[in-house]
Amino acid sequence: MAQKILLNNIDVPGLATFEVYRKLGGYSAVEKTLKSLTPDEVTAEVKKSGLRGRGGAGFPTGMKWSFIDKSTDKPRYFVCNFDESEPGTFKDRYFGTLNPHQLIEGMILGSYALGAKTSYIYIRGELFYVLQIIEKAIEEAYANGFLGKNILGTDYSLDLYCQPGGGAYICGEETALIESLEGKRGNPRIKPPFPAIVGLYDCPTVVNNVETISVLPWILNNGADAYSSIGVGNSKGTKLISACGHINKPGIYEIELGLPVEEFIYSDEYCGGILNGNKLKAVVAGGSSVPILPAELILKTAKGEPRLMSYESLAEGGFETGTMMGSGGFIVMDDTTCIVKNTLTFARFYHHESCGQCSPCREGTGWMEKILQRIEDGNGTMKDIDLLFNISKHIEGNTICPLGDAAAWPVAAAIRHFRAEFEEHVKQQKCPLSR
Amino acid sequence: MSLIKVTIDNIEVEVEPGTTILQAARKIGGAVVPPTMCYYSKLKGSGGKCRSCLVKVAQGSAKDPRPMPKLVASCRTAVMDGMVVQNITSPEVMENRRAITEFLLLNHPLDCPVCDQAGECHLQDLSYEHGLAETNTIEDRRTFKPIDIGDKIKLHMNRCILCYRCVMVADQLTDQRVHGVLGRGDHSEISTYIEKAIDNDFSGNMIDVCPVGALTDRTFRFKSRVWFTKPFDAHRDCPKCSGKVVLWKKGDEILRVTGRKDKYGELEEFICNDCRFEHKDNNDWVIEGPRKIERHSVISQNHYEKK
Repeated sequence: MAQKILLNNIDVPGLATFEVYRKLGGYSAVEKTLKSLTPDEVTAEVKKSGLRGRGGAGFPTGMKWSFIDKSTDKPRYFVCNFDESEPGTFKDRYFGTLNPHQLIEGMILGSYALGAKTSYIYIRGELFYVLQIIEKAIEEAYANGFLGKNILGTDYSLDLYCQPGGGAYICGEETALIESLEGKRGNPRIKPPFPAIVGLYDCPTVVNNVETISVLPWILNNGADAYSSIGVGNSKGTKLISACGHINKPGIYEIELGLPVEEFIYSDEYCGGILNGNKLKAVVAGGSSVPILPAELILKTAKGEPRLMSYESLAEGGFETGTMMGSGGFIVMDDTTCIVKNTLTFARFYHHESCGQCSPCREGTGWMEKILQRIEDGNGTMKDIDLLFNISKHIEGNTICPLGDAAAWPVAAAIRHFRAEFEEHVKQQKCPLSR
Repeated sequence: MSLIKVTIDNIEVEVEPGTTILQAARKIGGAVVPPTMCYYSKLKGSGGKCRSCLVKVAQGSAKDPRPMPKLVASCRTAVMDGMVVQNITSPEVMENRRAITEFLLLNHPLDCPVCDQAGECHLQDLSYEHGLAETNTIEDRRTFKPIDIGDKIKLHMNRCILCYRCVMVADQLTDQRVHGVLGRGDHSEISTYIEKAIDNDFSGNMIDVCPVGALTDRTFRFKSRVWFTKPFDAHRDCPKCSGKVVLWKKGDEILRVTGRKDKYGELEEFICNDCRFEHKDNNDWVIEGPRKIERHSVISQNHYEKK
């Protein structure tokens, strides 16, 4: 049985209440840390654990923390990014609903390490019911002395707030999140300066994903070495994967990084194989923005080695033959799926969610959607396929924030690996897979 | 403070630390200066949005010679000592600039024949210099109805490229901003609170900072093509602003008053609405003499002075 860090108690009834969470050993990491470790020691421990950001980019968390500007007198802020809205990714919502106290405990630990006196959980507006659960949990934590003035009698005080956003995907980009949290239009900022120097209210700020923060209590309870003993290479620990699509057992799974993709898809412990015994066609391994891979490349790398669920192995081969770990939204498609239509759905999403600030993304995402719609409807030309690929190449890397890349990658990858299917749409003047 | 060295398109220039690549290029001048559609040196926080000034940083600095992984917005990237920048010498930059021009034109109506901005439109210049001769699009453009925002300014949202300059003018020059960007993505638009008039002593500067014909002067609309008018520097005693303006005359008649723009199309000084809209009589002004027209722009058509 694989080691579980986040989901080990998830089935315990009433886990969202303070009593149950506390009875299961909750908040012991706060007790231990606040009384026996300095903030720098906490940062060092997280650095040593090899924990990487679970929001998508996979940046080492301890490293990110160490960038925070401690030279100014300005307050520092710790912010939790709960704006989960990537199509295919639904792990944070699940976890936050059932185990809000572990997130709050992680918030206390992170805030302590960074010296933040005020912290925020920025939650996507649509998740209002989760907001209510978290606010209730925050109240309980205050009532039991884990938040507020002089936590557990130490001289460390922390206020934690849960702030709903307006429900925009772009506000999951950390600088747009900060703008939105300040009450402004959620437009990403131009970097540099990075939030670690100029963040929320122009003060040094660290923004971390829900899953990243929720792992902190376990790391501080069990030690960095215990955490880094799980996983392979530079992919340490466990990861929540939200699996969906044409599989027998869609749902949220906690895996040890390094699990073979083939085992994840076909074993009964996880996805349980392809629905109706159909053939696997393609997988989007990390949420809609990462490049789609055909069956042969997701199960084995171009070199013929088995592909593993880890940052390095999924990225093996670059974008030519690889993909990304992303945020863990694992979308499986069988051979009844039309890749063009799937790409169109993604493109429509990014068109809808573009903030409109910079021109390649504002104009390019809509253009790609229109061309994909044309091809799917059977009105496309061969020239459209090249045009589409070129547009994606001209958006990629030319925008203020990564939303442009996120919109461009799935389109480029779909054409790269499934060009024949696009051409078939043009030749037949209809979708060959439409029923 | 000691100056630092930066090389742009093989030309070396010394600038103060903190200077942007764009400003360093402007110090060199000529063809190496990247085009700007949203950046405006007099407006704080402007730039970075249109991406037409993207350049390649082939060497980050003398200390860290690694190239930057992506093209960078020259208007918002500070130079480092020993930085090597490629603008017109990089095929990658030119290719992407062509693409950015295409993106900017994707929802732009190309109604130049009936647009008052024609002749002094930055997008017209950009597409003339970097655009394709043919079009890749068959799609419909997004459309809005033109609206009057107050009795002096007309908003043609169809032509807007969302540079945010007019929003920044209102933020930084006037007491209260009553317009902004509503909506998201390619359906976002410049708009006022429920068609509220923009009524402020300095609101007219929005017209001058608009790079395209989205905001035009209602007192001048359809009176003349700009290249049929002749510009004269003039001034008057104005209690609100410097009173230094350009009069655009056809014969003896003053058709339009604008601020004075430098060779990058940026206002030297912002002027008040009184000077701009209310003084169109020759007796109101002390005329200093004809103003030089930049050869760069389409407006130089019909003007025959030598460079």
